[in-house]
Amino acid sequence: MIPACPLAALPRGEALRIETDPPIAVFHTEDGELYAVDDTCTHQDASLADGWLEGCEVECPLHASRFDLRTGRVDAPPAKLPVRTHQVVVRDETVYVVPSDLPPNLPPGVRTGSAADA
Amino acid sequence: MNSVAIVGASLAGLSAARALRAQGFGGRLTIVGAEPHRPYDRPPLSKEFLAGQMTTADLALEGDGEDLDAEWRLGVAATGLRQGEPLRITLADGSAVEADGVVIATGAVARTLGGDLAGVHTLRTVEDAAALRADLDGARRLVVIGAGFIGAEVACVARTLGLDVTIVEAAPAPFARALGPEMGAALAGLHEDHGVRLICGAAVRALSGQGRVDGVLLEDGRRLDADVVLAGIGARPAVEWLDGSGVKVGDGVVCDAGGATSVPGVVAVGDCAAWFDPALGAHLRVEHWTGAARRPATAAATLLSGGAAVPDALAPPYLWSDQYGLRVQFAGHTLPGDEVSVEEGDLASRRFLAVYRREGRTVAVLGVDQPRSFTRWRRRVNEPAVAR
Ligand SMILES: Cc1cc2nc3c(=O)[nH]c(=O)nc-3n(C[C@H](O)[C@H](O)[C@H](O)COP(=O)(O)OP(=O)(O)OC[C@H]3O[C@@H](n4cnc5c(N)ncnc54)[C@H](O)[C@@H]3O)c2cc1C
Ligand code: FES
Repeated sequence: MIPACPLAALPRGEALRIETDPPIAVFHTEDGELYAVDDTCTHQDASLADGWLEGCEVECPLHASRFDLRTGRVDAPPAKLPVRTHQVVVRDETVYVVPSDLPPNLPPGVRTGSAADA
Repeated sequence: MNSVAIVGASLAGLSAARALRAQGFGGRLTIVGAEPHRPYDRPPLSKEFLAGQMTTADLALEGDGEDLDAEWRLGVAATGLRQGEPLRITLADGSAVEADGVVIATGAVARTLGGDLAGVHTLRTVEDAAALRADLDGARRLVVIGAGFIGAEVACVARTLGLDVTIVEAAPAPFARALGPEMGAALAGLHEDHGVRLICGAAVRALSGQGRVDGVLLEDGRRLDADVVLAGIGARPAVEWLDGSGVKVGDGVVCDAGGATSVPGVVAVGDCAAWFDPALGAHLRVEHWTGAARRPATAAATLLSGGAAVPDALAPPYLWSDQYGLRVQFAGHTLPGDEVSVEEGDLASRRFLAVYRREGRTVAVLGVDQPRSFTRWRRRVNEPAVAR
């Protein structure tokens, strides 16, 4: 379990990027739900935490594919693959992420281990 | 509607096919494409593909195993459209396709300089990109004619390959048509930082060379040596095939805000289409990826409802460009006289966000390496003016 931030530091409608390898984005929706997905878009090297959060979906800041934060599913190209989701836990007013054991769907040219210097 | 034919098998055509199926169209679907290829993506042609970081297979627009239950007629151009019920599309091989509905998605064709000197290129297709790359490989000097996005991206790639690069632009400032003169100049600085020579306000008189190009002659008498020349002077809509069809054509196929053309049962999408833009109060042909991918959903609804569907609000035009590793993003449409102000970052650092306003209303936004704030500002484009 990775501590992300105090709950109070992530207001509704906001997103946060944690510098794991690969990085993870945590979202707090307007409805008060918390979700975590890989921060890197599955199409190219864009940060989904920089994207536009609407309902349970985030729109990639570069080419506007939308990912469902609950399932990781992508709505329309250019991204074709779903983004990996992670579990979020809130304990003692702190947000934690339980990283997934599944392999990530990173875009071509982005590898784990190199993500930090991207 | 029992059958639909889509003419043009690229981004807009494929997106229309997807949208028709997603909206429940279960009839016969025919997709006609002049190129022999399955739909492929063009933006990488001036970026990763030209740089050798992407292969032809990476360009595929269709998903693995995607099946739209369509009949594909690839490698054959449409030559005419005849009104009637059904509508009838004639093809270059003498055959014809009949359908109750037609989607025009024939895109655009690169403008050329004329002449037949070797070493002179345009960039629109995967073949163009491969030929350009092969020529860049042995060359020392590239001259790009026209400071638009495609020319600028090719200049970037050529610099990384070690070529000496000059961009020649007839207008007083580069990128001025898309970005306005001030921001055009700011982006020009980025190229100069990377050793590209920019010559503005200079018209090209002629190309020189025997069989193969060796130079570019300017109206002011200057001569630029060149091993390779790229003409990045824009594209014209591929609409000649509609001559005599009754489909109204201006700068592209004239459409309403839902994609309907002047002919019932015919809609048009993508780079060939000039939709009415209510925010602008005029028809505007948009030549960017996102519009060609998204607007077909609106056009499909227009077609399937027989024009009864109320079109979705039109998203402002949006484009991106990758230059020297920086993300350039622009949304909206700027006209001469708009007020431009830098709201974040600064021009000197080449990382900034600029907002264009007309009568107090945000009409466009430009971001250079500012994806996060760009995403937020983009939403405000064309919102009603707020009292300030
Ligand atoms: C090199 C390059 C880089 C680009 N980079 C960017 C970018 O970074 N960002 C951005 O937003 N946009 C970019 N664009 C623009 C984007 O690619 C286009 O907006 C998009 O391709 C438009 O799709 P379309 O399907 O309307 O037209 P096109 O992609 O032009 O496809 C039209 C298709 O119709 C076919 N056709 C033409 N006439 C006929 C006929 N009579 N019968 C049958 N078929 C026909 C053509 O052969 C072609 O396959 C770039 C374009 C190019 C060329
Ligand atoms: S980088 Fe996310 S859609 Fe292209």
